[in-house]
Amino acid sequence: MATSVLFDAPGPKTVARHRAYTMAAYGGLLLVVAFIAWRLQQTGQFAYDLWEPVLTPSIIEVILVDGLLNTLKMAFSAIILAVVFGLVFGMGKLSDHAWVRWPCWLVVEFFRAVPVLLLMVFIFYQFGGVTNGDRGAYWSVVAALTLYNGSVLAEVFRAGLNAVPSGQAEAAYALGMRKSQVMTIVLLPQAVKIMLPSIISQCVVALKDTSLGYAIAAIGLSTVSRLVYIEYGNQLQVVAVVALLYISVNLVLTGIATWVQKKFVGEKNPIDLTRAGNMDGGQNTGGGI
Amino acid sequence: MNVVLDNAGDIALAFIYTLSLFVVAGVLSLIFGALLAAARVGPVAVLRKAAAVYVMLIRNTPLLIVIIFFRFAGPKIGLTFGFVDIRVADIRLNNLYAACAVGLIVYTSSFVCEALRSGINAVPLGQAEAARAIGLPFGGVMSQVIMPQAMRHALPPLASVQIALLKNTTVCGALGVFEAFARMRGLTNDFASARTEIFLAFALIFVVLVEVLSFVAYRLERRWRIA
Repeated sequence: MATSVLFDAPGPKTVARHRAYTMAAYGGLLLVVAFIAWRLQQTGQFAYDLWEPVLTPSIIEVILVDGLLNTLKMAFSAIILAVVFGLVFGMGKLSDHAWVRWPCWLVVEFFRAVPVLLLMVFIFYQFGGVTNGDRGAYWSVVAALTLYNGSVLAEVFRAGLNAVPSGQAEAAYALGMRKSQVMTIVLLPQAVKIMLPSIISQCVVALKDTSLGYAIAAIGLSTVSRLVYIEYGNQLQVVAVVALLYISVNLVLTGIATWVQKKFVGEKNPIDLTRAGNMDGGQNTGGGI
Repeated sequence: MNVVLDNAGDIALAFIYTLSLFVVAGVLSLIFGALLAAARVGPVAVLRKAAAVYVMLIRNTPLLIVIIFFRFAGPKIGLTFGFVDIRVADIRLNNLYAACAVGLIVYTSSFVCEALRSGINAVPLGQAEAARAIGLPFGGVMSQVIMPQAMRHALPPLASVQIALLKNTTVCGALGVFEAFARMRGLTNDFASARTEIFLAFALIFVVLVEVLSFVAYRLERRWRIA
């Protein structure tokens, strides 16, 4: 929208100049694409036997069932647990009692600042992940992602509860409700509506971070793809297919988030999440792609 | 604490790798991201589309996959970064380091682009209209009116992108650069009984680094804020 306003309706000279720019840009992009294609051709990456594994039903099944399905399961478990974690600690941060507020603040700040990978490996080695095989690796990934995403969601919940107009809580208190009633009956139902898009975009972050299970060989898309490309030596092809899978799942999630935002919240999201300190920073800065 | 103190030298070296990755990828991703953002809001439709596609693809791919691409798939098409081999005292920046750094740059610049674009979009329309009304050309509108205000809006998301980058450097540790994550894993393997304190030491260093970055961002924000 703002883009059209940044420059004037072009006159004949500018139109000609823009046409020249467009041509140059087309030329440049074509050159880049052609160079990549030439490189791929030169190094024989189009050869059928390199693509064959990713087109073979049994391997597709491994990638989709062992890989994608496990990745989705991990992300799903992590998000469900993270919502619970975030709800508890987000409300804890809003508590009236300092002895509840400070520990909650400390936990949230700590897990938001520590890289997920460190957390994952620590949990894996320290809490019996190693001795329990695939299950151990799976739950180590889920635990690390829960702690990290839960802490980010705690901030989201806090911001969401604060975004409900203060008159709502005041009116509820005036009716004689207790704090717990005000929270559960009045504030939370309204806040959830505001928070839903952010929670769904956090799903994208969690889904992308499940790929870190690679470091502890948790069965998921990244680990499975490694097994495939080591076996067949077709790194490029497998990475392309796996990236495509991640991109499509994430686009679906982003689409749902945008739809929910339009349906329940409206154009502009009232909670500013730029400070929620995501693994992916700008993921939640509002607006679509 | 003994294990941590005994290996303080190694740990410091590991964090030098982490910080060097952060600085290299941070600076270059800001530059590349700014170019992408310029293409994204500029007058040439093809570049707008191309930048949008780039951001869409990269933002939805996990960082690990991006780095694996440069690290394992790159060499298959002759992209080996073999020309990179810098030694400074104990620090050796080789082709693995370069592949990981390029992965970080490619990944982070898409987020930098989005942060800058959201900053530009946050500037009220009237500002650009007024600037045009007094006869400024596109360059003038951007440099004199839009960008100074956009930077103010873009700073918080840019800061969280850079903080995320600092934490993301650990992914390089899983793929062969001997930085903080790889060192922590090495130490926990060597001193299994001291796992918790090793983890806490590394985690606390990261917490301190992240807090320093947030503090710098906060000070900048305060300084640039208008009344």
